Amino acid sequence: MTQTLTRAETPVSPPPTAPPRRKKHRDPSRFVRLHLPLVLYLLFTLIPFYWMLVFALRPAGETALVPWPITFEHFDTVWNGIGFGLFFQNSLIIALGTLVTVTVFALMGGYALARFKFRGQRVFLLALLCTQFIPGAMMLIPLFVIFKTAGLLNSLTGLVVADTAFQLPLALILMSGFVRNVPVELEEAAMVDGCSRLRAFFAVTLPQLRPALVAVGSFAFIGAWNNFLFALMFASKQDKFTLPVGLSYALGEFNTDFGALAAGGVVAAVPVVLVFAVVQRFLVQGLSAGAVKG
Amino acid sequence: MRTRTWAPYALIAPTLLLMAVFLVYPIASVGWFSLRQHTVTQPWKNGFIGFENFRRMLFDDPLFWQSLVFSAKWVVAEVGLQLVLGLILALIVNETFIGRAVARALVFSPWAVSGVLTTGIWILLYNPSTGVFQQLAQWGIGDPGTSVLGDPATVFPATVVTELWRGVPFFAILLLADLQTIPGDLYEAASVDGAGRWRRFISVTLPHLRDAIVLSTLLRAVWEFNNVDLIYTLTGGGPANQTTTLPLYVARKAVDSHDFGYGSALTMAGFVILLFFSILYLRLSKFGSRA
Repeated sequence: MTQTLTRAETPVSPPPTAPPRRKKHRDPSRFVRLHLPLVLYLLFTLIPFYWMLVFALRPAGETALVPWPITFEHFDTVWNGIGFGLFFQNSLIIALGTLVTVTVFALMGGYALARFKFRGQRVFLLALLCTQFIPGAMMLIPLFVIFKTAGLLNSLTGLVVADTAFQLPLALILMSGFVRNVPVELEEAAMVDGCSRLRAFFAVTLPQLRPALVAVGSFAFIGAWNNFLFALMFASKQDKFTLPVGLSYALGEFNTDFGALAAGGVVAAVPVVLVFAVVQRFLVQGLSAGAVKG
Repeated sequence: MRTRTWAPYALIAPTLLLMAVFLVYPIASVGWFSLRQHTVTQPWKNGFIGFENFRRMLFDDPLFWQSLVFSAKWVVAEVGLQLVLGLILALIVNETFIGRAVARALVFSPWAVSGVLTTGIWILLYNPSTGVFQQLAQWGIGDPGTSVLGDPATVFPATVVTELWRGVPFFAILLLADLQTIPGDLYEAASVDGAGRWRRFISVTLPHLRDAIVLSTLLRAVWEFNNVDLIYTLTGGGPANQTTTLPLYVARKAVDSHDFGYGSALTMAGFVILLFFSILYLRLSKFGSRA
């Protein structure tokens, strides 16, 4: 539990290959071993982002690598002209809806797996793992039939339901690992003191799970925000388009309008990349506290 | 807390319901369709045909085998390269240095980007008029060449690199998390025994990471096998079906030619292959035997 409270920047153990501290700054191999590959990898990661940003901010037809003055015409084109403002709103509703449902159901199921022993538990766990082999793309036909029957085509609710169903199994497994890391003794002590199990959970366990909720919730958000196939197949009316669907049309239709494509890309990227930059350390520390081992 | 109450069942009920409707029923339904002739555009021919779809797939459809071979190539290349680069990256950002928190956030960030957006970004980089190769050629480096995505000789490496950009952080995150659980005294003991840096990596780090590596490569292999977003939007399976994976082939059969029966048979084949491969892999790697 102390691990879940430690900041990710403080490694649990001393870094494995770090030389003794006093030698650190005089070791010339550190540059070849650490700084050089890091810089090369950073370039590989960041040049594509920069390339997109340049196209988004550069007036059409120019080729300057550092555009100045910058223009917002492409953002105006995609946001107001092509309708990315509406797509953004749709994506946000779906992603927030999925975040709530996945987090709540994963918390319930994760708690059940971690704190109870019940008949069928192993089968349930096995079923959760097996779902990882089910390809979403190959399920499109029967899912389409289900959606049509249930009247969920072209509805944002339908997409929340589908995204939730496909993300829940892994989120639940992750969450059960997080719950297991909270000592059960704390909860039992509260119950001895007269709390009901439910109260004990809300008063003792839930506050300890804050990093877990942030990690699981954010990944549900990112997954739903990025889902392409379901949105493409089940929401074909333009007023229900999500950002990935809008982008895929931009890829085809505006094949020469790289400015618009790039601006649309920036709109789609900014929320998730920011969310992820903030939460990645919760994920690393949560996983390292034992969730990987289940 | 052993208990015989209804509480755990109530807690997993929503998950069970969603899984039954959206995962179990569709699989069963695909199984049923795979034994039928079912084409939306020719409904008068629809009906039960037994294993005819599977016979056609195995003996009369070169594209099935071609897509399967490409899928295997794709999975091996992606998972292998992502694992090696992800491990190197995890080892680097596990060191102590100034700005480490920022470096981590930056190198992990492509993981949050969708397949479609990754395509959008790399189309900007690869485009033959204002792309990155043209820029390099202007500076006298290399040859501007033609469209890397249209040329059969370069389309595979170009697609692999694009997916690497987004996929390496997955391994880096998982392996970094596991690196942080290695007790420091193991390294001290190894150092005292005279083990160099490489020796410590081989005899302490790698064995400790084994289960995490097995699990992450397996999950990733399945996800990369099933990956449709990126290839569909980047190459569409072309040029000349050269980058058509099995799921992409299924999607085209089902969505474009409305051949649900045959598409379902292809789906079942993919599902069985994945399941078989996963069990074999877990057996061979003796997953979990360390604990």
